[in-house]
Amino acid sequence: MTSATEPTGASSHYKLTHLKALEAEAIHIMREVAAQFEKPALMFSGGKDSIVMVRLAEKAFRPAKFPFPLLHIDTGHNFPEALAFRDKLVEDIGERLIVHKVQDLIDRGDAAEDPGPFPSRNRAQIPTLLDAIDKYQFDALFGGARRDEEKARAKERIFSFRDDFGQWDPKNQRPELWNLYNGRHRMGENIRVFPISNWTEMDVWQYIMLENIEIPGLYFSHKRDVVKRRGQLVPIGDDPFGPRDGETIINCTVRFRTVGDMSCTAATDSPASNLEEIVAEVAAARASERGARMDDKTNEAAMEDRKKEGYF
Amino acid sequence: MSAQTQSKTDFSTDPNANKGMDFSTDAYLDMDLLRFLTCGSVDDGKSTLIGRLLYDSKSIFEDQLEAAESASLSRGDQRMDLALLTDGLRAEREQGITIDVAYRYFATPKRKFIIADCPGHVQYTRNMVTGASTANLALILIDARHGVIEQTRRHSFITSLLRIPHLVVCVNKMDLVDWSQETYDKIREEFEEFAARFEITDITFVPMSALTGDNVVNRSQNMDWYQGPSLLHHLENVHIAGDRDMIDPRFPVQWVIRPQGDEHHDYRGYGGQIASGVFQVGDEIIALPSGMESKIKSIDIGGVPQPLATPPMSVSIQLEDDIDISRGDMLCRPNNQPTSGQDIDAMVVWMAETPMKVGKKYTVRHTSNEARCIIKNLNYRLDIKTLHRVEEAEDLKLNEIGRIAIRTTKPLFYDPYRQCRVTGSFIIVDEQTNNTVGAAMIIGETS
Ligand SMILES: Nc1nc2c(ncn2[C@@H]2O[C@H](COP(=O)(O)OP(=O)(O)O)[C@@H](O)[C@H]2O)c(=O)[nH]1
Ligand SMILES: [Mg+2]
Repeated sequence: MTSATEPTGASSHYKLTHLKALEAEAIHIMREVAAQFEKPALMFSGGKDSIVMVRLAEKAFRPAKFPFPLLHIDTGHNFPEALAFRDKLVEDIGERLIVHKVQDLIDRGDAAEDPGPFPSRNRAQIPTLLDAIDKYQFDALFGGARRDEEKARAKERIFSFRDDFGQWDPKNQRPELWNLYNGRHRMGENIRVFPISNWTEMDVWQYIMLENIEIPGLYFSHKRDVVKRRGQLVPIGDDPFGPRDGETIINCTVRFRTVGDMSCTAATDSPASNLEEIVAEVAAARASERGARMDDKTNEAAMEDRKKEGYF
Repeated sequence: MSAQTQSKTDFSTDPNANKGMDFSTDAYLDMDLLRFLTCGSVDDGKSTLIGRLLYDSKSIFEDQLEAAESASLSRGDQRMDLALLTDGLRAEREQGITIDVAYRYFATPKRKFIIADCPGHVQYTRNMVTGASTANLALILIDARHGVIEQTRRHSFITSLLRIPHLVVCVNKMDLVDWSQETYDKIREEFEEFAARFEITDITFVPMSALTGDNVVNRSQNMDWYQGPSLLHHLENVHIAGDRDMIDPRFPVQWVIRPQGDEHHDYRGYGGQIASGVFQVGDEIIALPSGMESKIKSIDIGGVPQPLATPPMSVSIQLEDDIDISRGDMLCRPNNQPTSGQDIDAMVVWMAETPMKVGKKYTVRHTSNEARCIIKNLNYRLDIKTLHRVEEAEDLKLNEIGRIAIRTTKPLFYDPYRQCRVTGSFIIVDEQTNNTVGAAMIIGETS
């Protein structure tokens, strides 16, 4: 039956690899959001997932400009390399970037630094994001989260609704059928949209390789000062990222599997210095990517709790 | 290490058991995608089976295993409960049930797989429909000790209603029936008998034990009477390229790409995802609803030219002529057009607590189009236990399925769902709550 419908000689054009299928799905999602919402934005963290989203947006909208700006929720805990990369990328693609700073909210008293010895600004990102939504009246935000990252994410819809407080209600999600996305919402409500929900870490890396996408050097092995903290290699930088009492700085060859905040991203001891080697390493990996995020370890349901509060 | 020497669900102790797949990049870039869903009653072994597939394809990482193990221990379980790897939400963990579709991913060097792990209870029919809507294949688990039960019939019916092209019936827990061929044959016959009533084109049966791994990844040593492939072998090789309709070109326009600068002054692209058929540069097309005809000038993805586009590619199409086309319009061939109409006969699965009422107005989303509609008639409700038609039904409640007639405020360009899942499906949206309340599959024009 199939052979009759496929003209001979053209069959190689007819084959659709899984990466092309995932790409097509993501482009479709982005265009739906552009069409169904007034003020979307693409959350750009400088990590590889958001860099891939930028490439997908180019595929969806070029040669026109993106019908939305990029939004960076700046924790102030960035790797300097990641910021430099961000600024260069924005210049290269010629799109608008909005930076909303956690520090500004802390200074205003609208966000608080976490207590404890190793404060992370993950929690403070939540009010900062909500403040940005309020200020710019965003009604849809693209996020680069993937369902393979974590169990709560595995259940999240591609169009994920948030109430006025930015909260996710996992028990009451809208059914999402076929490729029909229902973006209807009231004033004040907004959604998070995850165009690469169905991608795995491996898919992302393979796509970066296939598409020749530039990513920050942090992902490749390099020499860096780190300390061993709670069994993980924690990068050391300028204040407040110096070593704690009793910690000794070691200089080793490391790379990062995710690029988050300096305060909560652990390095992996790895010699992988190019994409091929990274892919080989991901294929052989024994610890999942989110395992390198110190904040998820706090408890089993950590991510679900944060999502309910308005985390990405 | 042969599967049956492994004791219980002991996945984590043997460091050599899980060496992982060998992915060369060339192979990875050549893999295709199979989306499947798993269905079955509680305790039929879905989570165990998925755990086994993920584990044997090395898709579960050590820290995820450790987290599941320690959660099991702290709950007082004897051994790791594999369900903890897939049942993600707190309410589920506490109640020990699965309330929503969980998506899982694994790959072998041949294919990438997306699993929609769906809850089995009647009250979660809508979640199963959600998972089924994008699947090319369904796994139906049957506990060999219990055989075909009501849930099996219901799940099989939904599979056929959603027109999932491939079905695999997993007769599980064969270890508990002494690997008996007789038991398996009986279940198989029983299934085939009732499935004959549904339109399911491709059914495969696999006797297995998810717990011991027999016939999941490797062929079982305990059932030499079974000559077929292991489940994974079947999943890797089932022919899915033919599932895509390459005959009837349909392109719902999603977004018009009009660059503002001088550089691309003349560019006017129509962005969308190919619903079915093949579009090639030079093809004559007609735009609906205007009826204007033109030719395809170019097809590109993000500015990179493509000679042709097949489903489900997302592309941007330029035409030779400057005709007025916007979101919701559809491009097709002058000699091969969908039905254009406002009176539609469809099967609907109701998904909201508030029942569907005849005479009520809703919004429908169909391809990239949106319209308002009124429910003109409820022909019958289908009792999903008995599959009898209840003609005197007055409304459709949560998880109920019925045949309805609607009239839309403007024409939709549709095909029967049996011909095309994309142009043959629509969702119903409640205008007060904005919720998606119905999933509908078009039969045709109302008579
Ligand atoms: N003996 C045996 N037990 C099984 C098999 N598959 C699953 N089980 C057990 O059946 C119970 C329910 O399995 P689970 O995977 O949670 O079922 P689910 O509710 O369909 O997800 C668990 O105790 C499993 O260990 C099998 O093939 N043989
Ligand atoms: Mg289960």
